[in-house]
Amino acid sequence: MPTVIVDDQEIEIGADERLNCIEVARRAGVEIPHYCWHPGLSVVASCRMCLIQAGTRNAETGEVSMIPKLVPGCQTPVKDGTVIVTNSEAVQESRARVEEALLIDHPIDCPICDKAGECLLQDYHFEHGQSERRADIHAFSSRRRDVGPTVTLFVDRCIMCTRCVRFTREVSGTAELMVSARGAKEEIDTFPGFPLDNKLAGNVVDLCPVGALGDKDFLYQQRVWFLKKTENVCGGCAAGCSIVTEHNQDTVYRLKPRENLHVNKWWMCDEGRYGWHHLHNATRIVEVSHRNNEDSQAIEWADVLRRLPKELTDAGRLGIAVSPMLTVEEAWMLCSVARTIDPDAYLAVGHVPSTGADESFPGGFTIRGEKAPNRIGVEMVLSMFGTVSESGTVPGWNDFLEQVRAKTIQSAWVTAGYPTPETSWCDEATAAPFEELNCLVVQDLFESPLSNRATWCLPAVGFAERSGTWVNCGHRAQTFEQAIRPPAGVWPEGRFFWNLLGRSGLYDPESIRKQIAESSANFAVLSGDVPSIGLDLRLQQVAGT
Amino acid sequence: MSSFDTFEPVLLEAAGIDDGHTIESYRSRGGYAPLEKLLSEKQPPEVVEMVKSSGLRGRGGAGFMTGLKWTFLPKDHPGPIYLCVNADESEPGTFNNRILMEDDPHQVLEGTIISAYATRASTAYIYLRYEYPKSWDILQKAIDEAYAAGFLGENIKGSGFSLDIYLHRGAAAYICGEETGLIESLEGKRAWPRIKPPFPAIEGVFRKPTVVNNIETMACVAQIARRGVDWFRSIGIPADPNNPRDPGSYGPKLYCLSGHVEKPGCYEAPLGITARELIDRFGGGVWKGRQAKAVIPGGISMGLMTEDELDTPLDFAGPGTVGCLGLGTAAVVVVDETVSIVDFLHNSCRFFAHESCGQCTPCREGTSWSLRMLERIRAGKGRLRDLDLLAEIGDTMGMMPGSTICGLADGAAWPIKNSIAKFRDEFEDYIKQTNPTGYMETDPVPALPIVTTH
Repeated sequence: MPTVIVDDQEIEIGADERLNCIEVARRAGVEIPHYCWHPGLSVVASCRMCLIQAGTRNAETGEVSMIPKLVPGCQTPVKDGTVIVTNSEAVQESRARVEEALLIDHPIDCPICDKAGECLLQDYHFEHGQSERRADIHAFSSRRRDVGPTVTLFVDRCIMCTRCVRFTREVSGTAELMVSARGAKEEIDTFPGFPLDNKLAGNVVDLCPVGALGDKDFLYQQRVWFLKKTENVCGGCAAGCSIVTEHNQDTVYRLKPRENLHVNKWWMCDEGRYGWHHLHNATRIVEVSHRNNEDSQAIEWADVLRRLPKELTDAGRLGIAVSPMLTVEEAWMLCSVARTIDPDAYLAVGHVPSTGADESFPGGFTIRGEKAPNRIGVEMVLSMFGTVSESGTVPGWNDFLEQVRAKTIQSAWVTAGYPTPETSWCDEATAAPFEELNCLVVQDLFESPLSNRATWCLPAVGFAERSGTWVNCGHRAQTFEQAIRPPAGVWPEGRFFWNLLGRSGLYDPESIRKQIAESSANFAVLSGDVPSIGLDLRLQQVAGT
Repeated sequence: MSSFDTFEPVLLEAAGIDDGHTIESYRSRGGYAPLEKLLSEKQPPEVVEMVKSSGLRGRGGAGFMTGLKWTFLPKDHPGPIYLCVNADESEPGTFNNRILMEDDPHQVLEGTIISAYATRASTAYIYLRYEYPKSWDILQKAIDEAYAAGFLGENIKGSGFSLDIYLHRGAAAYICGEETGLIESLEGKRAWPRIKPPFPAIEGVFRKPTVVNNIETMACVAQIARRGVDWFRSIGIPADPNNPRDPGSYGPKLYCLSGHVEKPGCYEAPLGITARELIDRFGGGVWKGRQAKAVIPGGISMGLMTEDELDTPLDFAGPGTVGCLGLGTAAVVVVDETVSIVDFLHNSCRFFAHESCGQCTPCREGTSWSLRMLERIRAGKGRLRDLDLLAEIGDTMGMMPGSTICGLADGAAWPIKNSIAKFRDEFEDYIKQTNPTGYMETDPVPALPIVTTH
């Protein structure tokens, strides 16, 4: 195994691994400060913050010969015998000088800067900078201009790392951003008439190591040190990007991508990024209502638990549409509930919203046309309950509608939870046949023609308010925790189904997950801990057989 | 300096001839015949060997061995391989490329064709400085003439070797003269020098193996082909036998003499002429009977020599012995005793702050900070501490300490370093006189309003 020496500490790396000094040092627990380098972008080695000393140790004599000058850690690959020194006086002085240089033209307006608290310039200056200012003091300047509909640029805060420019060239492929002018006068800019307007634009704000690029959606909304972070999965499409939900007091303030090389690398699309506003939409369904002869009345959850199963049992054959917005655990509990109410219940996957074809970007990122996070997971759960048709497929929403129209089911329970308050997912014509049913249960976030016809209208929750497992379009199962509590009076589906199953205590998705894993080979790998990057169910199945 | 007295200019042999830029004139002087001979008699590796054994060092500034550079190209590469001729002559005080292109363009072209043959390049780009419209006209005309005479194009003189030369005009930036900045600019991008490795010989223009050579280097190649390796090695300073790393300084060199001399101009002399000889013999001495205060040995980025150091030989090793960066472009600029060194350094800093490409933090901020300090000193608000800060910037900025990607910062640092080291008394007097109450201050001070240098 190749061995690299980082500050006298020996680190073994894989024989085929191509790592730079920053990556190797990180494994040794040593952070080499850097601005311009990012694992997802090309190397430019221009910020010069990662300068270190490097050399080689002769394998036979053990003698170490060092390169006489400082080298950028990002640009220097390591091999067997590479020696890296990150804590020498020369390195520390160089860091202090780069920090000093970067602050010469920086407005140092941290008190009004959104980035304060998560700013690399702040952090590195605290750690590597000098306490005394030697450069001339400039009057505070804070020029700001919008570079696109969602992103704004604080020109003077920029340290010219060009991460954003490289992102638009290499990942989104749209190349809106550029560097204009020269020397200390240079700025990030767009070409007139071509603003930063692409579906991945929000990522440049995450990439910005300082407070230069601001997200207008988040700007001045919350100090970052008040935000709590919960690892989550985006429910916007079938890609299932790993994200972090940042929230405070049950309010979401922003979503950020979380590194997951198997799914989204370091990025997420703007649709997903801003796709949390529906959680706090005032038109959400927050009450349970039971409609009896056109007369709707609010009702307590305890009454629902008591009355709903009985009403459904009396109504005749039950059909259940299991929404692809539900987690695997919730889908499994719902199907189990269905079987206890009506052993002959008809189970189908609920409506799967779609906007057509997938959209791919040069950097390897794909936005899926299928706008539901867990269709595959739900299908796998339904097949556990023996609902595979003769053709080998699991029935879908159209098959369900067919059953309603053919009146082969007399009661229906439709779970939905689609995050689209503006446009209803179900139109009048589709909803009309449901009027013929003896009992219709609709569980949704927003009112729709279908919920207007419901006997029981139950609230659903959004992605950050539930916990469990989703299986994305690549058969990768990702487990996530609940980030915020749903609005007062709303039970997450999981808690509701848990209680309907007569389980005691708080809803515990892990126990359900273990139960599923025990009873299905497809889910067997979920019996243990699921890492934060998830597990590929197909690979695990192959490995298991 | 035995060869000095009998030295006849060869690179400048067409200077003063009215139609020296035409192909007829060049052929009448023996031009293109060596090329024809070489194409029929020598294989490319032999040409590389010829240039290598001549000891020719690149005339663009760094003085790297030309033949050695050519051998870095990958062997048996399927191609294309590109040859870039660097005519982005932007170093202040330098104009020898312009003289060569305007007075004897065919000499440059012949050298280019030979170099392309040696490196197996089928396309050559001449990257021409934007500010040289006359060179553009003459060079383009010469290229057309060479095509008409069959020295360019398909199957040159039946040798099976084909070459196209394209004249590319830059958009006026100092950084485009840096090898990889030139390549980026040629590709249509912002001229930000590339990180190395990969070096251009492995991955250059359009990610193909590329050689970048200076115009004067091309002219030297033509003369080596015509007059032979022995002739070339008979001129200049031989390698120091006590220094195995010294490859010597062979051949004629064009010195650009300007500034405070009686007769400024481009003069050809053997490498190794001293600055004093150059100024006195060719330049007619410092003007108005004055004394030289300082002399730039080879373009402003090489630093400064004092009057006492004028006997330094101007070969590739000489200026380094007196603390200068090197020979550079051999653009000798004389500064007479009436010039304030503060003004000199201010002008230098203004140039580099303006021309820094802005990629690496130490250079971008260092050049701009040093300019602001010089502006403040000249505004009568200087402090002695500023000299220490300037010296620190000079010592820490550049490719040599490792803090930048390209050598522009070294070039910006050297005038600062040399001026402060060699003229510190003058700086201190200036600061004390102009800021008698505050010269001892050490606290940070408010910056002057930013003056735009555009």
